[in-house]
Amino acid sequence: MAQVSLNNVRKVYPNGFEAVKPASFRIEDGEFVVLVGPSGCGKSTMLRMIAGLEDISDGALTIGDRVVNDVDPADRDIAMVFQNYALYPHMTVAKNIGYGLKNRKIPAADIAAKVQEAATMLNLTDYLDRKPSQLSGGQRQRVAMGRAIVRDPSLFLFDEPLSNLDAKLRNQMRIEIKALQRRLGVTSVYVTHDQVEAMTMADRIIVMNAGRIEQIGTPAEVYHSPASTFVASFMGAPPMNLLTGRAEAGRVRVGNVMLHQHHEDRDLTVGIRPEDIIPDSHGHLEVEVTLIEELGAHRLLHGQMQGHPLTIHVGKDHPVETGHIRAAIKPNAVSLFDPASGVRL
Amino acid sequence: MSVSKRFRWSAVLDHSILIIGSLIMILPVVMLLQMASTTDIHTMKNGPGLIFGDQLPVNFEKAMFKADGFTGANTGVRMLYNSMILGFGFAIGKIVIGMMAAYAIVYFRLRFATLAFWVIFTTLLLPLEVRILPSYEIVQRLGMLNTYQGLIIPLIASATATFFFRQFFRSIPEELVEAARIDGAGPIKFFVDILVPLSRTMIAAMFIIMFVYGWNQYLWPTMITTEEGMFTLVRGIKQITQTLEGTNLPEYGRSNLLAIIAILPPVLIVIFFQSWFVKGLTESDK
Repeated sequence: MAQVSLNNVRKVYPNGFEAVKPASFRIEDGEFVVLVGPSGCGKSTMLRMIAGLEDISDGALTIGDRVVNDVDPADRDIAMVFQNYALYPHMTVAKNIGYGLKNRKIPAADIAAKVQEAATMLNLTDYLDRKPSQLSGGQRQRVAMGRAIVRDPSLFLFDEPLSNLDAKLRNQMRIEIKALQRRLGVTSVYVTHDQVEAMTMADRIIVMNAGRIEQIGTPAEVYHSPASTFVASFMGAPPMNLLTGRAEAGRVRVGNVMLHQHHEDRDLTVGIRPEDIIPDSHGHLEVEVTLIEELGAHRLLHGQMQGHPLTIHVGKDHPVETGHIRAAIKPNAVSLFDPASGVRL
Repeated sequence: MSVSKRFRWSAVLDHSILIIGSLIMILPVVMLLQMASTTDIHTMKNGPGLIFGDQLPVNFEKAMFKADGFTGANTGVRMLYNSMILGFGFAIGKIVIGMMAAYAIVYFRLRFATLAFWVIFTTLLLPLEVRILPSYEIVQRLGMLNTYQGLIIPLIASATATFFFRQFFRSIPEELVEAARIDGAGPIKFFVDILVPLSRTMIAAMFIIMFVYGWNQYLWPTMITTEEGMFTLVRGIKQITQTLEGTNLPEYGRSNLLAIIAILPPVLIVIFFQSWFVKGLTESDK
């Protein structure tokens, strides 16, 4: 078990491209941290720097109480699960799981016992003699997990481990991974571009964009108080409604609709989550609904308000009809951002 | 799938072409067998024909154990043995060197790796025939004339094998290398534990090509070996058919049987490795 801390860790490629801008954060012992962001945001590079697969250009990386910038990946006491599983195709499941231990000169009997233990934990005991090509995607992912578990590392690293699985299996594996991590209590860093995975699995989420950390916080914090318009639009499906507004005489207006109170006169970006807008015949928002998405458990109304596109999340009982409706905003549900920088005010 | 039982002339045509083609391929082998089964006099008088004789055991005896020349060392058995050493030494040596060179080029951050690769690659433009004099001189000065080393080593560096292994290694996913690094496999372990087993289909393919190439070498063994005990089959057969002098008849039976024997090992190698090749292709995925 270990804490991980990054102090101004930075990655610059030889061609001058800064993949990760100086980043500092600390991961507590046993914590499950998810790095999330769009492709190319530097989240994988960050993970690979922690793993030691990528050199750190600047700053210090500490795992446990050891600065590991120049330590070989094999000696960092970590285990990594890859997107494409990266199983050794010519080895049986048992050999795949035990390979790391064999390289550490652990006696064969001990390896067999540990492999058996990990296989039992992952329901793989029937498959130990098979080759990876004879397994399904979910089983291969489990073998990759087994390879990580068996080493008893102080840090798990996951690089988009579920993105090659179909949706149903992904949901199931998500729960399994989370449960396993809870049980083993191993500090984990998990990279994904899927905000649902991030929300459901993380103790804390680190949202990255263009090599920069946009926000670090619990899923609830990130969802309800996004630190920037980027986070607001990246986290949540459908994303937060972002409207252009202006504060004048203590009131925030979008078009001629008064939304909120604000003391300073200025232009603003107003963010409201779709589920924080409620249809209400006495509400002061006038929305022209043009399209309804039926999702079974709930419905999404897409429309316009004062010329701004707006999405409203309603229950399954809301009538399916387009046209003019009135709506209200839940109290304290409005986020305000600086329109130029996108930073939360 | 609907099976059409309709008679099609195109199928007849296709099969006729295939059958005629295979007859053309097989006919020389049948001729060899025919001439190997008759007496030399019969062949001398009638040429190749369709009537098989009963001389096969006699010719086989001569082919395998009769020696001519001064030393009596160049029996068929001895030549077969020499050819085997050349074929295997060639194939194994080329594969080992080619794999190691490709490993260095693909997986290590060498300063001039790409340049080195292209230099190796351009040696394809300089086959043995082009550089035969300097090659001979080097071998001669190293005192390797009439040795197996002299036969094998000067030809062991293979641009073809290096190229194919390089292409293959580049197709192995990066993640596998990284997983191995995290699993604590150093460069040598990675090569032996991961890369070599993964390359087995490629090794099989290279082995077929290189073995046949080595086995069929004619010019180089002719230059390097002057001692009869070092003759390979391919050059030895020529020696036998050539001895038409005075009242001696060329030993058709013996040389044709030797030719058949010379065909067999490459054929067996191809058959053996082909099944392996297919198995490797279907069972492994990278």
